[in-house]
Amino acid sequence: MKSAKPKRGKVVSYNKWGYIFLIPFVVVYLVFQLIPMVTTIYNSFFENYRSGLIQVGPTFIGLDNFIKIFSNADIWIYAKNTLIMWVLGFVPQIIVSLLLGSWFSNPSLRLKGQRFFKTVIYLPNLIMASAFAMLFFTLFSDGGPINSILIQMGILDTPFSFLSNVWSTRILVAFMNFIMWFGNTTILLMAGMMGIDTALFEAAEVDGATSTQVFFKITLPLLRPILVYVMITSLIGGLQMFDVPQILTNGTGDPVRSSMTLIMYLNKHLYSKNFGMAGALSVILFIITGALSLLVYNFSNKKEK
Amino acid sequence: MKKKVLSALLVTAMVASMLVGCGDKAASGKATDGGKVLNVYCWNDEFQRRVKDHYPDYQEVDATTGKIGDVTVKWNITADQDNAYQNNLDAALLKQKDAAADDKIDIFLIEADYALKYVDTDYALSVKDLGITDENLANQYQYTKDIVTDSKGVLKGVSWQGCPGVLIYNRDIAKDVFGTDDPAEVQKKVADWDTFKATAAELQAKGYYAMSSVNDSYRVYSNNVSTKWVVDNKIVIDENLMKWVEDSKAMVDAGQTNTYELWGDDWSKGFYPEGKVFCYFGPAWFVDFSMAADKDGSIANAGGWAATEGPQGFFWGGTWVCAASGTDNAALVKDIMLKLTTDEAIMTDIVKADNDFVNNKPAMNAMAADTSYSSKVLGGQNPLAMYCAGAEKIDLSNLSKYDQACNEEFQHAMKNYFDGNATLDQALDLFYKAVEEKHPELSH
Repeated sequence: MKSAKPKRGKVVSYNKWGYIFLIPFVVVYLVFQLIPMVTTIYNSFFENYRSGLIQVGPTFIGLDNFIKIFSNADIWIYAKNTLIMWVLGFVPQIIVSLLLGSWFSNPSLRLKGQRFFKTVIYLPNLIMASAFAMLFFTLFSDGGPINSILIQMGILDTPFSFLSNVWSTRILVAFMNFIMWFGNTTILLMAGMMGIDTALFEAAEVDGATSTQVFFKITLPLLRPILVYVMITSLIGGLQMFDVPQILTNGTGDPVRSSMTLIMYLNKHLYSKNFGMAGALSVILFIITGALSLLVYNFSNKKEK
Repeated sequence: MKKKVLSALLVTAMVASMLVGCGDKAASGKATDGGKVLNVYCWNDEFQRRVKDHYPDYQEVDATTGKIGDVTVKWNITADQDNAYQNNLDAALLKQKDAAADDKIDIFLIEADYALKYVDTDYALSVKDLGITDENLANQYQYTKDIVTDSKGVLKGVSWQGCPGVLIYNRDIAKDVFGTDDPAEVQKKVADWDTFKATAAELQAKGYYAMSSVNDSYRVYSNNVSTKWVVDNKIVIDENLMKWVEDSKAMVDAGQTNTYELWGDDWSKGFYPEGKVFCYFGPAWFVDFSMAADKDGSIANAGGWAATEGPQGFFWGGTWVCAASGTDNAALVKDIMLKLTTDEAIMTDIVKADNDFVNNKPAMNAMAADTSYSSKVLGGQNPLAMYCAGAEKIDLSNLSKYDQACNEEFQHAMKNYFDGNATLDQALDLFYKAVEEKHPELSH
């Protein structure tokens, strides 16, 4: 009993330091995350916007903003657009990343210049998304270099208006997201693959497994935690897709708003400082993101249980 | 304990946001004198250059400050990208009442498309309150006053510019297709929209585009409407705008023009001979500064354009000077307004030095009659008489404070229809939707 007391005191004093070191995070989290989030939810119940210089509200209107959003199908169209563009970009991204990751992490291939390629594939991520979108806007304009090349090669007779066509616009957005993010995903997956015990690969080789079998039976299953992480972060990032389509389509989401994402729609409400509608939309987006993340998480972890 | 802390936080957050919500109420006091700082809000350095070059006592200190006597002039320049200028100005005006004397806005500049947003409030001061009389302004073009007259008929701003527009055509193409580049002859080919359409077909037969984009002619139609965009909070689409849609669709479908956004690379191709564009619509500043006249190989550089009145009169652009309520430099603001927008000698200087079309009838009429004045871009033509006649004819009784949002969104939405991505009804729906997002109080 005697010796127990001072020991407990020591534990408490260590705990104290733990809390002290947590303070910066907690303060930043409170100021920049929790309070804005709570006020967003709070704002979503108010009519609160500015028309010109005239401020309307804030007036409490209960759930009217939500009713207004759900009274037409627009939000589902924008959600669909967002998901389509995300999937179009994510599927090739994960395939290419897995491939590159397994090549880079495979010791028997002994790839030369690995560092160089790892840097190069990561580089697009360092360019600002808006600059990247501006670049593509110029490249794919009616009189841009891509059209000139296609015409000179005899593939096209007249310039193809990439940005006036639903699918070419969506594919361009997806392609840009793919280029920007596959390097990042490759590095994450590679880190996961290098964490797998090499003894397993050697054992498989001794047993006569082909490299395809090794990939699907050993690498993939053991990579699942990292894959789930990549899936969820990419999904959240995808649902918040904004900068690339915003700049590429000049904020219009044209043609006919077929490339307008949920956040671009939210941004439309900020023109009139419409914090009520924008707040309601954010809350809905929060719920959708949470639900989808849970779904992905459960789906990917099902087999383990 | 944890719960208490959390609930305390939530309550604080709510109270804080409620307090933020109810700060601003309109009106900000009248004008006084004796301020030490003159704050000017604008989106580029055009007005700054005019003041620097033509206001007698102005001394430049650095790029964003100057001095007039012992008053410091502070230029607050915010480029109007994505509405940034207006957002900045709005925030400052809403705080005007509580701002320290040296921080109060004294002068702010506005454009026609959103003039009424500011003019039709108490934030802009009536020019009469500054002591500027009707006689002072007698020589200004009427339309420049209409734009900044509020719903009660009070004039709240002045401009040193007039921006009547003309049809600017390529002389070589005119010779090739019509056999002449004489403005009077070409005018017969573009006298009204039906003739213009027939001419477009003629041009197409020889491989030319009538105009670079359908958006080129938009202003010509939209300046000649017979109803306002918004009546009793309902969005109304004028017949003339539907005529623009109809005419434009026909021309796009026939391949006589395109749907490019203004100012883009595709749109400005027509400034060069390879673009094969017959005409653009624009005012004096467009001819002098926007048609790549300083680039070798451009049509403007070789003086290959000519001007004629075109199917309908219109204007494009222009900057208006407003005095902000609560200014503490009323006498100085008045003097700047008078000197730069009504003084005939200074205004003649502006025409000569900056090639601006100034808002002064006698000065412009004198220049129009002057045979020694000619435009290089227009191949030696003196277009001023045409501009002068145009400026007198512009009728702007149908402006509303929603014009900017409506005009922008209408062109955006209709592009989908022209490109064949949407039916007319879908495009109209898109237009209504976009405007109602920007102005939630409107409906259709």
